[in-house]
Formats: sequence, C-alpha cells, structure tokens
Amino acid sequence: MPEHIARVRVNVKVNGKAYQREVEPRTLLVQLLREDLSLTGTHIGCDTSYCGACTVLLNGKSVKSCTVFAFQADGGEVLTVEGLAKDGELHAVQQAFSDCHGFQCGYCTPGFLMSTMQLLDEHPHPTESEIRKGIAGNTCRCTGYQNIFKAIEAAAEATTLSAPHRS
Amino acid sequence: MYPRAFAYHRAKSYPEAISLLGELGEDAKFLAGGQSLIPLMKLRLSTPAHLVDLNFVPETSYIRSDGSLRFGAMTRHSEIAACADVERIPILRDCAAGIADPQVRHMGTIGGSIAEADPTGDWAPVLQATGATVKTLSANGERRLDISAFILDAYTTALLPAELITEISIPVPQSRSGGAYIALKRCAPVYASASVAVQLTLNEDHTCQQARMYLGVLGLTATRITAAEELLRGQAIGDHQMEGVREAVMDVAEPMSDMRGSAEYKRHAAGALAKLALDAGLRRARGEHVEVTHLYA
Repeated sequence: MPEHIARVRVNVKVNGKAYQREVEPRTLLVQLLREDLSLTGTHIGCDTSYCGACTVLLNGKSVKSCTVFAFQADGGEVLTVEGLAKDGELHAVQQAFSDCHGFQCGYCTPGFLMSTMQLLDEHPHPTESEIRKGIAGNTCRCTGYQNIFKAIEAAAEATTLSAPHRS
Repeated sequence: MYPRAFAYHRAKSYPEAISLLGELGEDAKFLAGGQSLIPLMKLRLSTPAHLVDLNFVPETSYIRSDGSLRFGAMTRHSEIAACADVERIPILRDCAAGIADPQVRHMGTIGGSIAEADPTGDWAPVLQATGATVKTLSANGERRLDISAFILDAYTTALLPAELITEISIPVPQSRSGGAYIALKRCAPVYASASVAVQLTLNEDHTCQQARMYLGVLGLTATRITAAEELLRGQAIGDHQMEGVREAVMDVAEPMSDMRGSAEYKRHAAGALAKLALDAGLRRARGEHVEVTHLYA
C-alpha cells in the first residue's frame, strides 16, 4: 500500500448547483451525494449494482451511483431526485407515481423516478416492451410493478401534454 | 460498502497510463467503466493499491465504420447499442443492447468487458462468432490479436502486465450473412444462465456456405460448437438441421448445477437457445429485419 493516499478533488454540478469537494479516492458517487452533499434522497439498497435504488443521471444518462466512483463524475453534471420538483411543484413523473400509487414503502422510488426520466428522454411514448427494458435495472419488493407501469404510462402522457415545457 | 483504500492516478493518454501502470507494478489496475471492477472491489475480491483511471483519456470512445466496425476500447455498451452503423452487424446490437440493464450499459465499456474475460460475459461468444480482432498497446508497441488468441481462460487474457486494449474491430460480413445472440437470464442485472451466438453466410441458392456457433456461460471460455457448424455447411437449413444443431449443442455443453439451475435444465436451455439464435440469424441472412431479445425467466 502507498503510505499516503492523496485525496481527489471532484468538481461536480448537482441539480444545477456547483460543488467542489476533496474526497478519498474510494468514495463512491452515492456516498459523495449522501454524506458530503447531504442529498439523502438517493438511496442505497443492495449496494452490489443489482437493485437500482441508487440510480441518478450522470451527464444525462442513468447510472447506479453505488457502482461509480465520485471521481468519475468530476467535471460532470448529476441529477438526483431532489432536482426533479421545481418551486414546490412535483415533476410530472413524480406526480404520476403519486397519482397511480406507483410505490408502497417508497424506498426504491427515487431510483424508479430517475430511470423513468431516462426512459422518457429516450422514448417519449414508450411501448410496453420499452418500459420493461427501461426499468429492468430497478427492483421493487412491494408493488409487483403493475402500478409502476401505470405511473410510467401516465407520466409519458403528462410530459407529452406539457411539452415543449418538459424539463 | 467501501473498497480497500487505494491511490488514484488519472491518465491523460494511453502511453501515460501504460507507463504509470509499469511503474506502480502488480498492485495497480486500470479502471475503465468499472461495472465489474467496482463491485469486485467493494466485496474485497479485488484489492488494488492503485487505480489508473482511463475515463479521462480523450478519443478512446468511438465507433468507426469502414470494411470493419471499429470500437474504441472505452466505448460504452449503450453507445454501441444506439449506433445506426451497428445495424451492419446486427448480432453486435443484440449483445450491446442486452448487457445487464440501462444503468450498467451507460457506464460499462467493451474494452473493460473483454479485458476481464468473465466466462459469463456477453461479448466473448459474439466476438468469437464474428471473428473480431483486439488491438492492444504496451511499452513494446501495438499488437493485433484474434479474439480466440486473446481470451485464454476464465478471467485470463493475453494482455501483458502493463498492456491495454485500444480497439476492437469486427469485419463487416459479406452479403447474405446474418447472425444473432440470445441469452437466458433470470432477470436483467444478473449473470446469464446460458447464451448462444451464431453467425452464418448463405450461398446464392440459400444453402449454408459457412457458420460459426459459440456457446457462452457454460464453460471457462466460450465453447465453439464445431459439430453444429459442420452439420450446417452446404445444407439448406430446415427443421431437420435445426434439430441437429440443438442436439449437437446439448452434446457439447458441460454445464454445472448451481443457483441458476440444474445441469440438465441448462443443457436443454442451451439447445433451445441455439435453435432460436440460428432461426433469427438465418432470417437475417435472407434479408429479413428481425428483432432479437434475451429470454428472462
């Protein structure tokens, strides 16, 4: 082992706000978000790259933040669940999950919301198969997914209706 | 979970990365997308003292299309899946679009995947069926290796200690060619239970000129099904040949019983996957547009 391990400087924009932190190299992106930036909306579920509870968007692409080092986000932009609501108004995707009861205990929900953001960005009118593939990296142990499906379909409809103001 | 503490080195170029790894020695590893290495480090199955980060090396992620499709080693699976040029070799899209889940595909790289040479990885059988070449770089210069000479054993490649992959190229097949890759997975984020890749070329009369078939997951490396290839050569492929291929795959497969299923279950699955992949590859060789998706059960 090296005797002294230098910390790494990470410059990252999270939900539009710029941060600079010096972290241990082994710090994972989810730990930077939760522990250094106090953004605890991103959850750690399995911590083994399976469940997707920790999903955030890194430079516009969904990633499992428990399986990305903080330094890999250096110079990048991160969107977390805290960045969805604007001026106290839920984002259309959040509203759809609320309206359709697309959750029960809610632990996996931030990850599903971020995967839905990714899905609707790629497929504004997703087919059933596209929805299945879009949330294939997220696990929900409560709902059986039916209401999550309904929520995503409702979110797609709502975001289409509100276009081009969709954020 | 935290990995063991390590020192961080950000490479600005491949030559710099190679010289860094050479100086740091055996306790250092390259980091590509990290979708295999980071989980292994968190479980302390891998405990490097140094990581040399390749993510900030410019011009390492690209897709070039000429007589071959050429992928920069740091090209993410999702970029390959989304690239229109990849339609020239549809089996590559089957593979890239079906690896794990969207989140993993956004980070994971083709170079990192084959450098790890995990027997359950998706790329190896596909790159073997398509005759891919791996370009590498070390202090001694460049090498070009056939994928079969590159992957030597489970988790073992021909890479020298301070050598890295720079590019993977796949020759664009002649006309009347087609292929497909299908895996059986319990769900998207887990390792596959079995997989089959097939790539074939038809003669003008639609008999089979040649075929290459590889079975993934069930051995230490992808297993070539030579008996199936021989059975198809020169034949008009119909139900009889399909059934022969299924039996040939079941004969060659040597699965082990584990949490993903019994040996017998996996042997049957491999035979069924071979028929499905052959059918899709054949239809593509005849000019049909065929969507292929993995089986999740």
